[in-house]
Amino acid sequence: MKGAIEPVVGRYLHLDHAGRHYRIYFETAGPDGPKGGIPLVCLHTAGSDTRQYRGLLNAASVTDRFQVIAFDLPFHGKSSPPAGWHNEEYRLTADSYTGIIMAFIAALGLERPVVMGCSIGGRVVLHLALRHKRSFRALIGLESAAHVDPYYDTSWLHRPDVHGGEIAAGVVSGLVAPQAPEAERWETLWHYMQSGPGVFKGDLYFYGIDGDVRGELGNIDTAQCPLYLLTGEYDYSCSPEDTLAVARAVAGAKVTIMKELGHFPMSENPDLFLSYLEPVLDEIAAGGSIYIEA
Amino acid sequence: MTVAAGLAHLGDFDRHLARLAERIDRDPALLRRGRHLNTTWQLDIGDNTVLLRIIDGRIADIRQGPVVTPSAAFAISGETAVWRRLLAADPPPGDHDLFAFVKRRELRLTGDLHPLMSHLLYFKGVLGHLRGAVR
Repeated sequence: MKGAIEPVVGRYLHLDHAGRHYRIYFETAGPDGPKGGIPLVCLHTAGSDTRQYRGLLNAASVTDRFQVIAFDLPFHGKSSPPAGWHNEEYRLTADSYTGIIMAFIAALGLERPVVMGCSIGGRVVLHLALRHKRSFRALIGLESAAHVDPYYDTSWLHRPDVHGGEIAAGVVSGLVAPQAPEAERWETLWHYMQSGPGVFKGDLYFYGIDGDVRGELGNIDTAQCPLYLLTGEYDYSCSPEDTLAVARAVAGAKVTIMKELGHFPMSENPDLFLSYLEPVLDEIAAGGSIYIEA
Repeated sequence: MTVAAGLAHLGDFDRHLARLAERIDRDPALLRRGRHLNTTWQLDIGDNTVLLRIIDGRIADIRQGPVVTPSAAFAISGETAVWRRLLAADPPPGDHDLFAFVKRRELRLTGDLHPLMSHLLYFKGVLGHLRGAVR
């Protein structure tokens, strides 16, 4: 065999949650099992999917200690929408988002994983910190803001006379840092071009409206669950100022502003992102693992 | 095509504007993105107006100067200093994309935005040519 095969395994998980059945696609890399790596669950951005974490899943410097687990939210990537989806308007809410994450973790039997999310995922880790603070070894928010003011009418994202994939990529294209390698920039946009109709818009319901967590940040207890925040300097959606505001409101939160990165650090420039993430993972790993023997 | 000098205070903007049609003609990827686009696009730069007539993705005509009764499908409008930042060759974080300025209300999008929103990558590409450094 001449082709190179990545050490990434993709599988489908069936689970029932909130009265509906879901078929969830997820990818893993790294050691599993009771003597294996620390589970690191990764959450993609709005309107995209697990492919954003292809760099992390292939990073031996991470998978030698962590089991990286990335799943496609329902409606995204290779995860099916639930039966009956065609009669509904898709909308991600704080309850549905936190609910499916916790259901996924429980279904896989993950014990106090680290959860890292970007954008909507960076927002939802704040919700997880508030609702389930004893369930995680640590939380990592990429491009985290407590709230984002709208800067365009999201109804443009789902209408028959505008191509949903083209406009989604057009909207987010400026959130990629100018320094991103061309191949990684356009793969990041390709993921957006492949999103199902109305899915990006539906995710932004959580991002712009239902997921507003201002006023609750002071209740996050980083003694129970460490919180790390990393934001790219070119992100004007979840801006560095937005993330610094979260850090000021959450005692003990640790924040890093990442140079030459934008809104999709793990996808637009995986190697540069890893240089910022690895010290965070080092600190989490040193904090004591129930899996890895000293 | 009528491109008169008048926006020298934007640095190389006049020079880039005069060469815009030619540069787009030599950008097959951008032409492909705009192949179904027919519209008139207005740029309000301080007190100056630029009208770009686009036919099948090509710049067919450019009119520039104070225009008494400009007629266009949509306009992007802002102060000259804001345009200078948007069109800088190497803008700092936060000045690197059209929507960053829209979010801060420094640039305004008005009119029928369908041509813009249905061809966002095309228009960002054209702005890149005006910047002189396509990203």
